Amino acid sequence: MDRKTNLKDWTLFLGFAAVVLCLPIILDPIGANYPDLLQKIAIFGIFAIGFNILFGLTGYLSFGHAAFIGVGSYMSLWSFKLLTMNVLPAIAFSVILAGMFAYLIGFVSLRRSGIYFSILTLAFAQMSYSLAYSVLTPITNGETGLQTRAIRTDPATSLLDGDIRIIDQALGIQEASVPTTHFFGMAMSGYTGFYFCAVLLIICFFIAQRLTNSNFGMMLKAIKSNQNRLNYTGIHTRPYLIAAFVISGMYAGLAGSLMAVTDPIAGAERMQWTASGEVVLMTILGGVGTLVGPVLGAGIIKYAEQKVSSWNEGILDSFFSFLPEGLQHFMSGLGALFVGEGWHTTLGLLFMIIVIFLPGGIMEGIRRIAAVFARKSKSNNTSAAAPQPAE
Amino acid sequence: MSAAEDIANEPGRGFDRGTANTVLHIDDVHKSFSGLHALSDVDLDVREGETHAIIGPNGAGKSTLLNVCVGRLKPDRGAVVFDGEVLTGKHPHEINQLGVARVFQTPEVFPELSVLENVMVPALSKRDGHFRLNPFKNFFGEKALRDEAENVLESVGLQAQLTDMASVMSRGDKRRLELAMGLIQHPRLLLLDEPTAGMARHDTNATIDLLKKIKEGGMTKVIIEHDMHVVFSLADRISVLAGGRIIAQGTPDEIKENPKVKEAYLGEEQV
Amino acid sequence: MDAIFLQFLNGLDKGGAYALIALGLTLVFGTLGVVNFAHGALFMLGAFCAVMLRKIFNISYERVSETEVDFLGKPLKEQIPYLKGIFGEDLGGFMLDYSVPLSIFLAVIVMGIVGFIMERGLIRHFYKRPHADQILVTFGLAIVVGELIRHYFGANPIPQAAPKAVSGSANIGYLVGLGPNVIYPWWRLVYFAFSVSIIFGVFAFLKFTTFGMVVRAGMQDRETVGLLGINIEQKFTIVFALAAIVAGVAGAMYTPILPPDYNMGMDFLVLSFVVVVVGGMGSLEGAVLAGFLLGILQSFASMQAVQNLLPGISQIIVYLVAVVVLLTLPRGLLGRKGVMED
Repeated sequence: MDRKTNLKDWTLFLGFAAVVLCLPIILDPIGANYPDLLQKIAIFGIFAIGFNILFGLTGYLSFGHAAFIGVGSYMSLWSFKLLTMNVLPAIAFSVILAGMFAYLIGFVSLRRSGIYFSILTLAFAQMSYSLAYSVLTPITNGETGLQTRAIRTDPATSLLDGDIRIIDQALGIQEASVPTTHFFGMAMSGYTGFYFCAVLLIICFFIAQRLTNSNFGMMLKAIKSNQNRLNYTGIHTRPYLIAAFVISGMYAGLAGSLMAVTDPIAGAERMQWTASGEVVLMTILGGVGTLVGPVLGAGIIKYAEQKVSSWNEGILDSFFSFLPEGLQHFMSGLGALFVGEGWHTTLGLLFMIIVIFLPGGIMEGIRRIAAVFARKSKSNNTSAAAPQPAE
Repeated sequence: MSAAEDIANEPGRGFDRGTANTVLHIDDVHKSFSGLHALSDVDLDVREGETHAIIGPNGAGKSTLLNVCVGRLKPDRGAVVFDGEVLTGKHPHEINQLGVARVFQTPEVFPELSVLENVMVPALSKRDGHFRLNPFKNFFGEKALRDEAENVLESVGLQAQLTDMASVMSRGDKRRLELAMGLIQHPRLLLLDEPTAGMARHDTNATIDLLKKIKEGGMTKVIIEHDMHVVFSLADRISVLAGGRIIAQGTPDEIKENPKVKEAYLGEEQV
Repeated sequence: MDAIFLQFLNGLDKGGAYALIALGLTLVFGTLGVVNFAHGALFMLGAFCAVMLRKIFNISYERVSETEVDFLGKPLKEQIPYLKGIFGEDLGGFMLDYSVPLSIFLAVIVMGIVGFIMERGLIRHFYKRPHADQILVTFGLAIVVGELIRHYFGANPIPQAAPKAVSGSANIGYLVGLGPNVIYPWWRLVYFAFSVSIIFGVFAFLKFTTFGMVVRAGMQDRETVGLLGINIEQKFTIVFALAAIVAGVAGAMYTPILPPDYNMGMDFLVLSFVVVVVGGMGSLEGAVLAGFLLGILQSFASMQAVQNLLPGISQIIVYLVAVVVLLTLPRGLLGRKGVMED
């Protein structure tokens, strides 16, 4: 049994890694093979995997994870501005800071469970969002957003408008007019950026897989199943929950940092609670509590967002051109509700449909279909075998 | 010093912590729910290695007493002392870590976990303590613990259902799983809340045999039970609880002869 | 002193809106056991009832003006609402002027229907599902409703005027014996009075009708609701529709204070949930108390003096209070034992 489960785990991991690395080829036929979208899929995949460690394993529904995205993004930007355009320190600092931030929020929020926990996390995220727009403007640059700038020549220039990049300057690195993020010289844009994110996604998946199958993961599942009983079994659930919260916060911090790495600008809208809602949707769309599901959900949502929001009534008109003219206009008018700017309508509907009809998400759907086929092939076998005695 | 010890050492309170061979000492415990006295002046000693049955009519306060022992309820007055440690005011998980395990009356298992996992969780708790961040130790690689869990499950007759989800088990099987979850921890004190209620006679006898076997292993047990057959086959001593008070205490033979008990409890069954 | 009094007043109308939304949330949660994240959307829908009614009233035909001319001396074309054509200049004009208060009637009808459909079509199937599922499905619905509104009414806030008679400011200072500087918009006072009377109406309904008694019994103990048996499903529908109507009229009347846009539902929802939690899940009195309390606190926090002392506090005060209350009083200010405790 040991070796069998081990083999299964490794197969899943290697399969996942292969699919992620081949994404540009796999997504080419459906017109999704461009670096910007690929990067987003990988980044939100990391976010969703981390969110699932909390929500999927313990059942604690956080509505504030976008706050950690914001922390990661801002921290990375400051690392670019103050230290170096190399992404390594940016990522490291972001993950650490997001983890610390998650510890604080988790320490307080996890004193409550159920809907109280959801509201508390929501309250903290909204606070961070509001503060980023008001008091923290010197750090976040408010509505304009934080950006990398050229190295300042005049010390009087505000740090928001001119960078210092101490390490780069000390190393005497020459800069182009627009500073670009890099990983020891590899520019973090285009496909290089995607592969950088993809490798991190694979590492994150590996860690999540190990966590899920570990003693720690088992305790988290037991918390979801019956937290009360766990207490009488001698387990102190709070530290386990805090650990899960911090780990998922660090994942979010990493995702936020990668957003800054691939596109060095950070704005507070990343912290809005709709952003927290989005990651919840990705997780439930793919399948709560499964390993692959959240990544799948992230991929589908990001792909659909890109595609559906680029459609307009003209495209719809030609799509419905086989219909009589009156009906064609009606259909494309109706369709216009859901495409282009109406993408969020589609998102909301998708949300509802999944929760209503398929609470287990796509992975559950696949399992059901597989079960039907398994039964069919079994009954085929028996019906094929049945006539034999008669002969 | 914990808050509980503060209560214990408070001047003037000075309750005794029981005699040398007492494992569990319940000292003058009171508990009322909005004016209703569920427990009053309850004093009880459970000796090392014995099986102590608590019997009494419905609503006598038996389950309340167990709840006070495991930290689910806080007594209004009095304290519970286990092996010299005051339990009152401690969290349920701390009490369990001291070696007190409870088998619940209505099965409280982990429905979304498999039978084997249900037993592994308390086993891990026993080995690793109330919290151990061990995020990369593969759960399925815990060979020694798993063997032990399989043995315990075999002893309660669940060896054929190791990979079943607990949620799909019958009620009787869940009770056996409950029992296994308590046994795997090898607790110094096992509190059993009607372990055979709702079981068929055959299963009840199997459970009695199993509990007798553990008795030889020296585990102290407190058992709440309605079934007199079970009580008199297992108990070394019996306490009778009625209306929140202990009205009699003694060996099974003494209890059988006690007129007060007959009046309060046995009477209604023997009519 | 004047400033403090003004801020206090400022908090009242906002608090009234919070209280009305939170009241409905609590009612639905207490009886149906459903966490409705789409309740803010109902408030927003109510607000758009007012927008809609004004639009309908303003449907006009063109007429060549007899008196007015443009700068070239040509007669000006003017827009005459059909309303004036049908009801005459006076009544028509009055109806246009009073379109916001009149929209209450529209809101009651529309929100009643919306509430009915929503409960029968969606909420009903989620009674037995986990709270997380309820949150998620209503969250999805809230997004859809918001986006539909944006599709038809655009993304920009649409200002609504209060009736002329109450569009000015009241010199409240004289009334309460403070200085002449204390002036305050009439409409906000109207809104406060309106919210208080709706709150009293709801409480009276729950207190003095048989129906209300069933509902209150249900809130006391969810288990007994099932035991009350007779037509309990229908009663749930009515409770939900009632909550929707309360949120709707609250939204309709709020439009002169805050121009509605498609997003206002979300903003108010988050705050109302905080209000419910602070007041104590399942406690109607708690919801009302916390609504006004947080409205007033928020208003005080936005005073210049406070802002100078604690910058940014007005943005986060509500959440801060929620965190402190939840950590010190786990059940909220007036919450009862056993509600939403795992």
